[in-house]
Parts: sequence; structure tokens; C-alpha cells
Amino acid sequence: MEITQKVDNIIDNYGGDSKSILAILQDVQAEYNYLPREAVNHIVEKMEVSLARVSALATFFSSFSLTPRGEHIITICMGTACYVRGAPQILKEVERDLEIKDGETTPDQKFSIETVNCVGACALGPLVIVDGNYHGNISTTDVKKVVETYK
Amino acid sequence: MDKLKSPQELDSLIKELESKLNPEQKKISICQGTGCLASGADKVGKTFVDEIKKSNLDVKLIHTGCHGFCERGPLVVIHPEGIMYQKVKEKDIPEILDKTIKDGEIIKRLLYKDTQGNRYEKEQDVPFYKDQKRIVFALNGHIDPTRIQDYISNQGYGSISKILAGWKSEKVIDTIIKSGLRGRGGAGFPAGVKWQSCAEQKNSKKYVICNADEGDPGAFMDRSIMEGNPHSVIEGMLIGAFAVGADEGYIYIRNEYPLAVKRLQVALKQAHEYGLLGQNILGSGFNFEIKVNRGGGAFVCGESTALMQSIEGKVGRPRVKWQHTVKKGLWQKPTVINNVETWANIPAIINRGVDWFTSIGTGDVTDNPWGGSKGTKIFSLVGKVNNTGLVEVPMGMTLRKLVFDIGGGIKNSKKGRKFKAVQTGGPSGGCIPEKFLDNPIDFDELEKLGSMMGSGGMIVMDNRTCMVQVARYFVDFLKEESCGKCTPCREGLRGMSEILNRIVRGKGRAGDIDLLYNLATTMETTSFCNLGKTAANPVLSTLKYFMDEYKAHIDNIECPARECGDLIKFQVDKDNCTGCTLCAKNCPTEAISGERKKNHHIDQDKCVQCGVCDDVCNFNAINILSGPEINQKLGE
Repeated sequence: MEITQKVDNIIDNYGGDSKSILAILQDVQAEYNYLPREAVNHIVEKMEVSLARVSALATFFSSFSLTPRGEHIITICMGTACYVRGAPQILKEVERDLEIKDGETTPDQKFSIETVNCVGACALGPLVIVDGNYHGNISTTDVKKVVETYK
Repeated sequence: MDKLKSPQELDSLIKELESKLNPEQKKISICQGTGCLASGADKVGKTFVDEIKKSNLDVKLIHTGCHGFCERGPLVVIHPEGIMYQKVKEKDIPEILDKTIKDGEIIKRLLYKDTQGNRYEKEQDVPFYKDQKRIVFALNGHIDPTRIQDYISNQGYGSISKILAGWKSEKVIDTIIKSGLRGRGGAGFPAGVKWQSCAEQKNSKKYVICNADEGDPGAFMDRSIMEGNPHSVIEGMLIGAFAVGADEGYIYIRNEYPLAVKRLQVALKQAHEYGLLGQNILGSGFNFEIKVNRGGGAFVCGESTALMQSIEGKVGRPRVKWQHTVKKGLWQKPTVINNVETWANIPAIINRGVDWFTSIGTGDVTDNPWGGSKGTKIFSLVGKVNNTGLVEVPMGMTLRKLVFDIGGGIKNSKKGRKFKAVQTGGPSGGCIPEKFLDNPIDFDELEKLGSMMGSGGMIVMDNRTCMVQVARYFVDFLKEESCGKCTPCREGLRGMSEILNRIVRGKGRAGDIDLLYNLATTMETTSFCNLGKTAANPVLSTLKYFMDEYKAHIDNIECPARECGDLIKFQVDKDNCTGCTLCAKNCPTEAISGERKKNHHIDQDKCVQCGVCDDVCNFNAINILSGPEINQKLGE
């Protein structure tokens, strides 16, 4: 399906209401893993909102990405509970392993590393989420093995 | 299901469903909260379904919300006995059915075992649960959150029914004021007082909002309430809407909580089907709708005006509160905003009354809703403590009881780890040191100690947590999350971050501490919203109680907690090393070498200070050096 057509469907789900623009952007991001330029332009045109408003939302909220993300998204929780239990070391280990930094994607577009403020599974910290699957109480030695299974 | 047309119809449904409950019925409740799901509860749940089918046993299976003891998941509780099995795996299931369900035999290895080796059969005897008082969480481990009937059969929606059968809104507000219920989202503003101010507004359009943008890192009780008992939140909002005269409500929820969003949507749909939401609810003429809005991952959106901006489809920046949101809130209309836990307390207060609620907690709220902290509070007890999870306790419990009795003390105490501090209140809160362990915890006490209740995150720190790093962590967190609208917050946080970052790198300067104080006071007095006003709290409280750690970093280039990577070096202890090779095998940079059964050696040029060697060593053979001792010991 064409991008414009998919975006149309998403907009229609919210009755084209410009109050729902945040939700529409979230659904677009869920569909493509990021906000494609074409989709953003289409939203601007179809919903008659300014590009400034859409880009303000898309850059203010940290859950949006304007660049394509990798096939597998490795999210490292940086909440306080995970932090005191060694999340920074876990992040460093994943960065070392994949040779990219937080917020980057591997050149083969296979992995992206992201951090999140808290996913609310604090009792299991430190915690790494790969493609929505939670890996709790993870150690620096285990995290490599987990990433390996997605390679 | 036909819509319920009157409070009487709802009451008879409650009675009918209640009468069908058989207290003797064998039930297996399996936790399906995010924590247990992360540990494999999904497969455990499915296997139970299959195995029960095969076995033809007369046993009811309930997929419940979070039980709280997340670290021990997947959790399974067998009723009516209340036998609790922890860390249950798929392979354990046939045995559970065969032994425990059929013959009542306990499987010892699945029971919870404390650090002294004692095993506990029943959930209620497990130290983690024993001293809890569960009001908001009362049904969490017992009902299926996707079945409205389960909620109704436990007096669910009984409170709104009671109100719609003839209460005036004044009576509702008066009850909530007298109960002394204070907002569980952080600041502790009396909920009833807020409602009253909103009710006094003459507008025909008003809103109620549930703030479910649980942004405090380290707190997850709101998620568990929404996942485990979403109808209690909806009923609370119904009562609030009736009291203030609102007909529209919003639940603003973090996008990071997909399961909670799903459970809420299911619950809203069911409430509609039963006629508990929509037009002319229970034939009373009262109309109310709830919509769910997902947040976009911005911490500042937990601030009430920023949250409202976001619901309006705008960027979530706070706005000036010339007029309070109870007068001009969402779309400039009077709005009551409360947090999830506050809403979930409401039905219980209406159902069981003021006297019951005020019998729990601290202080006296008879004439002054600020006079104490009533009811319970859910804390997320996490960090370096043995039993981590969500605990609901009466206000006024001491920190010691919470950390050492319920929490089971400090993790790895055998490796010499000791309690150092507990951080409460999230990024706006502070760190409380050991000398205050016997202070009771409530809204006012925590504030006296330079911290705050916040949403109830309680992060335990041990002697290996560097307090300068903790301060830096929160400052860096807030630096990212500051919306940038006002200068004191935006630039103040940048300045503090720069200073703290150089201190943890061993580049601290003589005047840095004064500079931190200066920035902190400026931000406190001149920031636009509470994010900026309270942003310095983590710095101020660590300076207040842990000044020696700051000084050690600046004056001696030493990290007393041995955590700051730039200030530490790892060395193998020649006397303790047995040459087991475990550290060498696990070192990510191959910095450790040595023959089996001989002393190992760390190549300082390759070492990246990750600490894996110390984590895996069973012989206490890794010394972490910092400050002057680096030269003394490594110079040899």
C-alpha cells in the first residue's frame, strides 16, 4: 500500500480530527518505525495543519524518530532502578558489541540502540527490551547473548 | 448484555454475581502483569489452560493483574489456601496440578525462600506481603482485569450506584474532603478541596482527567493499577465527574505502557456495554464519557498544564497558571486532574466510609485536610534491596520496616553491601540517609527531610552507589526533559550537569559546590513550573547528606563508592585470587590474563572499568582502587 493511502486510513480512524494529531503520528510511527517525510507532508496537506506544528510535535516528544530505525530495536531502560543496578554498563556493553552509540542504527540497518526513561518494570532491573520482548535482571555478560539471538 | 437502567438493577447484579462466588472453589491465579510477563508468565498461563483441559480437574483459572512481587515472577497463587509459588516455569505445571491441586501437597522448591533460608507456604505469611495493607491493590491478584463481572462481583461499581441512588454532589465532595485523601501523584494536594473548587465553577462544560503519565523513573504503581484493576480507575473518575459536574473525561497514559492502554480500552468498552458510561447512566440523567490519550514520551507532560496542552494536540509545554486548572484547565474549561492511584482510592472511600479511611494513616484531618496523611500509599520498592516490587502500606510506616522487613534488606549483604540511602519522589525528590530510617513516611515527613512523596518511587541505594552520580543522573535526566521554555530551568540544568559531570570525571574545581548551591536557589525561585522549581532537589539533598562524597571527588579525585569509571582502577588481590579464570572468561575487553590456578592480572590499558570481574568473582579477589591508593598500589 502506498504511504499516502496508509496515512489516509490512519487519519480516518480518528475522523480527521486535528486534536488527535499526536495519536495519528504515533500510529504512523508504529506502522513505519519512524515518521517518513512523505507521511508527514501528507498529514500536513490532508489535515490542513502547518508543517511547523507537526514538526514541533515530532521533535518535542522523544518517542518519535525522523530517521529510519533498524530492523531490531534494542531499548535499554535508564530508569533510576535500572540505573543503580548497572544500566549504564549494559548500555556500554551493547554499544561496544554493535559498534554504534545510543540513538544510532547499524550501517546494515539491522539494529538500533535506544534508551528509555522507565518502562515500569523496575523490579526486574536492569532491563533490556528487544522488539518489545523484555529481558529482565540482565547482566553485562548476558546482554551480548541476547543480542546474538537477533543477529 | 443489556444496559443497566437503575442503581437497583446494578445492586441486584452485584448480589447475583457475589452469590455465585464460592469461597471453597479451587482457584489458580496467575499474574499477568508486565513484570511477570517479562519473566515468561504468558507461556505459563497458556500451559495452565492446556494442562487443566487435559486433566479434567475442577479448578478455576484466573489471569490476574500484577501481584506486586515482580522480581519473583511468574507468580502463581492457589486459593482458597493462598499457597504462593514463585518463579514458576512451564515444566512445573503438571506437577502443580497433580500434587497441589489434586492432593493438596506442597511443592517445596517453588515456595518463596528468604535470605536466611526459611520457606513460606502462604502468600499472606511471606514477609513481602505480611505487613502490607491492600486497599487499592485489594483485588489485583484476585480478579481478571478483562472481565467486568469479576470487578462487579466484588462490590465493583457499587459506590457509583450508591451515589446515583440519591447522593447530592456536595455529599460526595464532603466525604472526600473529610477522608483526608491527598493526591497520590506527588504534591499531596487534598483531592476533595480540588473537587470543591471545580464544582463551584458555574460553567456548563467541565472535564476530569486521569493523569496516567507515570513519568517518575522507578515508579510503576499506576501501570499496575491500570493493568490489574482498570475498572477501579473508571469508577473513581465517574464519582469525580458526578461530584464536579463534568461529562467528559480523559485518561492521559504513557505510550510506554502498551498493556495498560489495552486493558483500559477493554474496560471502557465493557463499562459502556453495561451502561456505566455514556448517556443517562443508570437512569440517573448523569452523562459521562472517557477517552484515552497516549503520551509521547515527555516527562514534563506529567505536569498538569503541559498534559492538558498535549491532550489539546499541542506540544506539551506548561503554561502560566494565572488561574488554576480547576477554573481554566483543558480547553479553558474547569478541570479536575488527579493521578491514577488517587482515582482508584475513591470507590473504596465511598463504599467503606470516612471513619474507616481516616483510621489508617497519620495525623488528624477532622478540621484540616492538610492535617495528616490518610490511607495507604503504594511504593515501588526497587534498587539494591532483596525483595523488589510494589508494596501498599499504611501511611506512617518507617523506612526501616519498609526496606528491611518488607524489602528483606540489602542485596548482596554477604558481599559487604550496606544500606546507604533511599531516593524518593523521583527527579523532584531527594535522597534520605541511614540516620532517618526510623522516621515515619508520609507527605509531610518526607518533605521535612528534603525529599517528597512524589508518586512513590523508592529506590534503595547501597555503599556502592555514588551519590554524586545519583545527582548527576537526575540532573541529566531533567536536562533532557526540560521543555526549554524558561531560562532558569533550561540553562540551570545545563550548568549543573556540566559541573556534576566534571566532578565525576575527577575534574571538579574548588568553587563548584558553591556554584551548585547558587544555581539551585536561582532555579528554585525563578523557574516557570514545578519541574524547574524542584529540579535541584536531588542535588541539594545529596549535598546536604553526602557532602563528604562530593569533597572526596573534588579534593582527592576519589570515588568513595568506587563507581565513577574515571576515578577507579581494578586490581586482582593476590592473596584471594584462586586462578579460577572466571573473570578472564567474562572480561569483555580481554584485559585479564593468567594461567589456571595461578594469580591473574589486569592490563590497565585494556580495562574499561565495567566491573564485570568484580561481579563474577566468588572469592572477593578484585580490589577497586580510587584516589591516592591508585598510585600507591599500582605504582609498585
